Amino acid sequence: MQTLIQNLIASGAFGKNPPRDLVAAIVVFVMSLVVFLAIALPFAGIVTWVERRVWARIQSRVGPNRVGPQGFLQWLADGVKIVCKEDIVPDEADARLFKLAPFLVMLAFTLPWAVMPFSSSLILADLNVGILYMTAVTALTVVGVLMAGWASNNKWSLIGGVRSAAQIVSYEIPAGLSIFPVVLMTGTLSMQGIIRGQGWAPQHWFLFANPFTFVAANILYMSSLAEANRTPFDLPEAESELVAGFATEYSGWRYACFSMAEWGNLFIIGAIITTLFLGGWQFPHVTNNVVAMNVLELITFSVKVLFLVFLSMWIRATLPRVRIDQLMTACWKYFVPISFVNMIGTAVWVAIWPDGNVAMGYIMFAGAIALGAIFIQRVIYYLRRSQMEVYLNPTI
Amino acid sequence: MYLNFGVPLALSIIAIGFVALMLGLQKLLAPQNPYDRKLTPYECGEPPTGRAWINFNVRFYLIALIFVVFEVEIAFVYPIAAVYLEWVRSGRRLYALSEMLIFLLILFVGLVYVWVKHDLEWIKKVPVED
Repeated sequence: MQTLIQNLIASGAFGKNPPRDLVAAIVVFVMSLVVFLAIALPFAGIVTWVERRVWARIQSRVGPNRVGPQGFLQWLADGVKIVCKEDIVPDEADARLFKLAPFLVMLAFTLPWAVMPFSSSLILADLNVGILYMTAVTALTVVGVLMAGWASNNKWSLIGGVRSAAQIVSYEIPAGLSIFPVVLMTGTLSMQGIIRGQGWAPQHWFLFANPFTFVAANILYMSSLAEANRTPFDLPEAESELVAGFATEYSGWRYACFSMAEWGNLFIIGAIITTLFLGGWQFPHVTNNVVAMNVLELITFSVKVLFLVFLSMWIRATLPRVRIDQLMTACWKYFVPISFVNMIGTAVWVAIWPDGNVAMGYIMFAGAIALGAIFIQRVIYYLRRSQMEVYLNPTI
Repeated sequence: MYLNFGVPLALSIIAIGFVALMLGLQKLLAPQNPYDRKLTPYECGEPPTGRAWINFNVRFYLIALIFVVFEVEIAFVYPIAAVYLEWVRSGRRLYALSEMLIFLLILFVGLVYVWVKHDLEWIKKVPVED
């Protein structure tokens, strides 16, 4: 960003001797706008369509396939429709808080994109407190959700909002503790610094650095799903019990803010896991061309993130919902103590091998491949046994 | 540095501006036809019984209280975690490790305390006094 501004001033795009601060402000604003309009919004839209198609295929249905090729433009149609809906603010609601809540939820969805490391040079701001900033701003959601639930003056909304708040704050703890193993191993909080501490090959990822980080990655993923109110942790908006949870009284664009933030958060979850444990954008150095390298890194990062997004859709289509006491027990009696063990284990590990243990990486990676092989073998076994017809073409 | 922290500011302006813009658009495009029945809180089609602003289940507040303790502690662990590798590299392994362990021990004692007090149980048995 700094060099970009210097180059722009040097090239004379803003005339001779432009005020430096003004140029910097304009560049920062335009770049942020590009990331928001070109990546964040289309992702939040398109992923709704992808998710509906993926569920449909898993449940032997077709899913939306009418608007545009294979239903690709469904999200735009939904957007246009939702803007044309009447905006209802209930009589007895606290109108000010009711109107403020969507803004907060939207902020919680937009702010994390500032530290999203797309490639070695494509990052809006490589803050030195990157991962702390990420956890801080994503936690804004809870304020918005609680506000929406309370202000609606509706019993469903209240139960949904309070449940959501309790769930999000509880799962903050294991998620926060699961970030520490990586911070201990890299000694930095910056997103780019963490990615630079890993290699492109799987055995150099922090996922396989030692047994503790492997567990930490899994806990972080599950806690993030719980924080994003995804099934199997979607108690706050359990349709069969709570109508639509905290969003019951919302309509039109204010409602769209909530659902957009919910689906957009999938990318943010994926990006956090990818950055911390899956090597981020790391790609073997195949060319000296900076632009080509950045494109390759961007593709690597996106593939990893989109795989995690797909995984969350798969989980959502497969697992039933948990009960609230099970949810809280899982968090406080299992995830939190295990996270403590992870953190202490990693601290000891780092004290013994400050530069990491390469052999362990290979062993862990081999173990992961064996696990994957067993999984595929079981899937094939059950498919054969059930004698089901398999349609591998996703565009049917 | 201020350049880096300008990005969150720019993004928050964009987010608020975007929501406000779409709300304005909605005002132009959408119908406006409110009447009494439409503006009542939704309660499955029945007329609502009383308001929703009531005393709510205390368990949720307990969870929130426990959360505050832990989250504050976690926020304080971040600096130690960030300098931990540096300490280990400069040969102060035991010092770094014990510093970390003391911090986590305090946190862990807190967890054990609420666990023993049964505050983590969703359905809590309260001793009935005669």
